Amino acid sequence: MSEILVGTKKGLFVLAGDGRDGFGISSRSFAGEPVEYAMRDRRTGRTFAAAASPFYGPKLWWTDDPGGGWTQARGVELPEGDTALARIWVIVEGEEDGLLYAGGDPAVLFESRDGGETWALSEGLWNDPTRATWHPGGGGLCLHTIVPWPGDPNRLSIGISAVGVMHTDDGGRTWRHSNTGIVLRYLPEDQRDVEHQHCVHCIARSPSRPERLFLQFHGGVYRSDDAGESWIDIAAGLPSDFGFPIAIDPADPDCAYVIPLAADSDRVTPDGAVRVYETRDAGATWTPRGDGLPPSDSYLTVLREAFTSGGESDALELYFGATSGDVFGSADAGRTWFSAATRLPPVYSVRLAG
Amino acid sequence: MAVVSLSGQLQSLTGGEREHEVSGSTVRDALIDLEERHPAIRGWILDERRAIRRHINVFVNTVLGGADTPLEPGDRVHVLPSITGG
Repeated sequence: MSEILVGTKKGLFVLAGDGRDGFGISSRSFAGEPVEYAMRDRRTGRTFAAAASPFYGPKLWWTDDPGGGWTQARGVELPEGDTALARIWVIVEGEEDGLLYAGGDPAVLFESRDGGETWALSEGLWNDPTRATWHPGGGGLCLHTIVPWPGDPNRLSIGISAVGVMHTDDGGRTWRHSNTGIVLRYLPEDQRDVEHQHCVHCIARSPSRPERLFLQFHGGVYRSDDAGESWIDIAAGLPSDFGFPIAIDPADPDCAYVIPLAADSDRVTPDGAVRVYETRDAGATWTPRGDGLPPSDSYLTVLREAFTSGGESDALELYFGATSGDVFGSADAGRTWFSAATRLPPVYSVRLAG
Repeated sequence: MAVVSLSGQLQSLTGGEREHEVSGSTVRDALIDLEERHPAIRGWILDERRAIRRHINVFVNTVLGGADTPLEPGDRVHVLPSITGG
């Protein structure tokens, strides 16, 4: 039995089922409200949801029973001033008991050390000396990706659009930008020599070789072999280098999956065919995986938090959702696919809960 | 003292009560006083800028107001979500 947390424009849906034997909706929470991200802490079983009421603003909630009541987490707010929290993009387990991170707009990182009940702003990033030069992308100044270093709570990498990749080695007290090798093709050639105006879309780290990362950029797919200090273009062989999410097989540091969209100006699956692309050689070659996915007349948009993986190797599970309200899954590392849900509200996030 | 009247979901953050006597010379001050009396509502009406959230309307008696609208003793401040959606 797998459980999938699906954040949508109209609430959080929990899907439960056994792979291709079918999924059903086991609960719905936050009816009518956009749920932009939801995840379950595998260590405690506690579920978190970022819900952004159009009336009352972004809130982070937690529960130990997703079908029951939710509690608002405390401390997810900015200092009083001239900026308001616009959105919570992502929630991630840290590398110590009880440690979690949440990323949001405007490029803010929150930290919890009590399992997610109370949170505090990460002052180091908030006061970063380069912050005044940061600019938002079309989706805001969003800190949407947080990738811990396995076993080391002091090392953390983040992705901010449209700033780029940043690393800390001291638990978030200080940060440094790290975009070497990434080409800003959305800027004129003579204006690309900028330090941090990089519209990174998603980053994934291999837990079995932590210095290996994959990155989906706003026009480009990259790999790093040196813990994100530099980036190598690996987009050759893909139908498009534009897309949002990226997923990995934790057992294979040479493996990554992307879901290309036609172009920046046309953010749908290319040629009306839904395809996930897999590399097993660190990006040297890409293989389309579409057996069971819509082959034609399907123009889907898959957002950055709407693709997830669980398990590993031949039993790797993959799930992704689209703004069409479809959710697709694979229980065999992408070789074959099935429909896990249809006709949901537009899907913002998909995470395996267990 | 003025009276703040809350609708719907907001009442669950203030002990289920709809109406609250508050002090303050402006709507913003009255809402800050409400937050101090009921900390659970902090961040729901006013954001970190101490601005009223975009899709919340505040009427002082029967007139649409804003955070800076002055209050007189006995005024009633109605906090209502906008008619919006999609």
